[in-house]
Amino acid sequence: MSDHNYVPSSKLGKWFNDRLPLLSLSAHLREYPTPKNLNYWWTFGGILTFCLITQIITGIILGMHYVAHVDFAFDSVEHIMRDVNYGWLIRYVHANGASMFFLAVYIHIFRALYYGSYKSPREIIWIIGMIIYLLMMMTAFMGYVLPWGQMSFWGATVITSLFSAIPMFGESVTNWLWGGFAVGNPTLTRFFSLHYLLPFLILGLVILHIWALHVPGNNNPIGIELKKPSKDTVPFHPYIVIKDLFALLLFLIVFAFFVFYSPNILGHSDNYIEANPMITPAHIVPEWYLLPFYAILRSVPDKLLGVVAMFASIFILVILPWLDTSKIRSAIFRPIYKQLYWILVLDVIILGYMGAMPAEGTYLLIARLATTYYFVHFLIILPILGKKEKTLPVPPSITEPVLADAPNPQMFKKQEE
Amino acid sequence: MKNLIKLIYFIFLSIILFSQCLLAEDKKQLLTNNWSFKGYFGKFDRSALQRGYQVYAEVCASCHSMKYLSYRNLAEKGGPEFSKDQAKAIASNFEVTDGPNDDGDMFTRQAKLSDKFVQPYRNDKEAIASNGGAYPPDMSVLVKARKGGADYIYSVLLGYEDPPSGTTLDDGVYYNKFIYGNNIKMPKPLMDGQVEYNDGTEATEEQMAKDVVTFLAWSAEPHLEARHKIGFRAIIYLIIITILVYFSMKKIWSRVESEI
Amino acid sequence: MSDDKKVQRRDFIFTASYALGAVGVGATVWPLIDQMNPDRSVKALASTEVNVGSLEPGKSITVLWRGKPVFIKRRTPEEIAEARNVSIENLPHPEKDEDRAKNPEWLVMLGICTHLGCVPLGNKGEYNGWFCPCHGSHYDTSGRIRKGPAPKNLEIPKYEFVNNNTIKIG
Repeated sequence: MSDHNYVPSSKLGKWFNDRLPLLSLSAHLREYPTPKNLNYWWTFGGILTFCLITQIITGIILGMHYVAHVDFAFDSVEHIMRDVNYGWLIRYVHANGASMFFLAVYIHIFRALYYGSYKSPREIIWIIGMIIYLLMMMTAFMGYVLPWGQMSFWGATVITSLFSAIPMFGESVTNWLWGGFAVGNPTLTRFFSLHYLLPFLILGLVILHIWALHVPGNNNPIGIELKKPSKDTVPFHPYIVIKDLFALLLFLIVFAFFVFYSPNILGHSDNYIEANPMITPAHIVPEWYLLPFYAILRSVPDKLLGVVAMFASIFILVILPWLDTSKIRSAIFRPIYKQLYWILVLDVIILGYMGAMPAEGTYLLIARLATTYYFVHFLIILPILGKKEKTLPVPPSITEPVLADAPNPQMFKKQEE
Repeated sequence: MKNLIKLIYFIFLSIILFSQCLLAEDKKQLLTNNWSFKGYFGKFDRSALQRGYQVYAEVCASCHSMKYLSYRNLAEKGGPEFSKDQAKAIASNFEVTDGPNDDGDMFTRQAKLSDKFVQPYRNDKEAIASNGGAYPPDMSVLVKARKGGADYIYSVLLGYEDPPSGTTLDDGVYYNKFIYGNNIKMPKPLMDGQVEYNDGTEATEEQMAKDVVTFLAWSAEPHLEARHKIGFRAIIYLIIITILVYFSMKKIWSRVESEI
Repeated sequence: MSDDKKVQRRDFIFTASYALGAVGVGATVWPLIDQMNPDRSVKALASTEVNVGSLEPGKSITVLWRGKPVFIKRRTPEEIAEARNVSIENLPHPEKDEDRAKNPEWLVMLGICTHLGCVPLGNKGEYNGWFCPCHGSHYDTSGRIRKGPAPKNLEIPKYEFVNNNTIKIG
């Protein structure tokens, strides 16, 4: 936190600020010293905040018209699409907004992986981020159930059935989740209730995420600690604000293309068929952003172990700050990690791709290889690599670039905490 | 070490390419038409929509419901745009059950613009029982509910042919090139000259298929024209403001960059 | 950063960005507001037809129109006379009965007290018309406010006789 004392110029402002220091907070946010070499991958934090707010606003509006009952859910969605003023626009923004939200969050996460933003002293930011990500997946999953189409129903059935893998209590847990003996009206109403609640929980965690960020300050592409404020930093406003805004507008252009010109391309056509507990669709596919995890789930032949593997694949990210033993943050100075990073990206894309394919034959084999590699990357490669890798010289500050072919021992400045 | 990494890269990339090939294999080319509603400025062809409604009413409606459509939709902007009186006249051909009246009885009356399309069957069970065990799906959102959308429905309508030799079909099952599994319980619905168009268009099979699919595409996405219109404006707007913000950003950042 | 470099020239590019941004925010906010307005299916139900053929003089029925109760009263000659013999100068909201009931036998009005929206009771109150139990407003046989806190007469909706037995409201 910037620790200078802000004093409002007006008397009223001072009176108010002494009682509730909102003006100090706003001054802190404006002056927050930010590394000036942040690239556009750093704008996704702002974009994600925008996504969350958009989802909450459009979601509250949809909640005004939606009816959470198995007999009316599908009808009320069609009512929104046909009769409510601009209902089609609001629903398409919300539905595609979820996809855009996940697109942004994946970029945000992979940026942190590339530049080592999860490393000390930013572990708490990273862990809160992972909790947000987990809550996002839960929220998105429950939101997908609400239109009560075929994919909603069968997606809900498959995902909730994961819990039947729990030894001894499996059946009682699933019955408890469903409020019955299968996915039905009680399931729908509780999903609606939770789908409405969780985003506000996410919002609270986002505030903590930003708070935790403002303690050590931003990481940066070079990954070194900066003196703040200094020549290496700029005040958040207007420099970062305008840059985030520019990136947000570019993002919105992509968003608008989806909403206006292919609003259903990321969805599944089966979800325009009303839920029918008697007929299962030929391929049950989750939304694209859950596919990698779905692939991991299916690539383990045992039911319980599959579920364990899926949850482990997320949990492994939570403990990542302690798995990666390298002291150097940015991949720019880690030639081998850089290569492995891109292989991990490919691996996750392959997993996502296999998640959309039927779990048989070659697909299954590839999915198993990719799952194995995923765990090998985090559990074996990263801990060893951090100890063995020969890193490149790290510059002492942003404004003093490293002389490429004259390595100076002074420049191997390690960050001692 | 470097070579090993290159090898892993290579393997992963070839996996992606390989799966692309697998995917491309089992794709059957759907029939298509030069749909007026595709593309960034796509609009529905009004006369095709009006003819399409006629095909629906005279051919499909005996088995397929369209429960999310109301008669008023026929006169709404962006749709077939029948005049209000035409839509009223269409509605008045149908009887709906209303009530209860003051005596507690249900009664029938002429349909009004605010009524939903009258359904051919009382419920799904009756629909299945009357159609040899196959449920004729509701067609309100059918175009969005099928992979391939308008092209798919169009292909199925025109995909009836004699089964290849060696294939035997059960009673009441027909062969269709494009439907999943090639077996369909709906008999070939469209024959040349089956309806007589009011506007004098020749009612060939292709023409009717095209018209009714256009109608179904509209019913699945009644605000498509508004969406395209608003979308175009929104994107133009976004591009302009992005450019403005870009130059604002350059201006603001020039203050620090000059100091480096 | 040195302060003297902060030449905050509000030049064209900033002004244009702000102005265009405001337009965009406005255009985005409108759908969010408009979605709460009556939707197409509600608007389609804006008129309703009522069969009043079986209504006897002196009786009234209440029908629902746009989610609100509408009183349709077939008045007796005495009630009509009572309504027409009032000197309107002394009324809180002066209106002639002739203007309120085009066909004197039929009185069609919204059954919503103009005070705070309760539904008045028929054949009650000091003026043999309607009486609102919520805050004690008395209406006469023409539905005019005579006593109590309500500021206005009961509202007359748009209606017409489709034929002798049917009234179309809206």
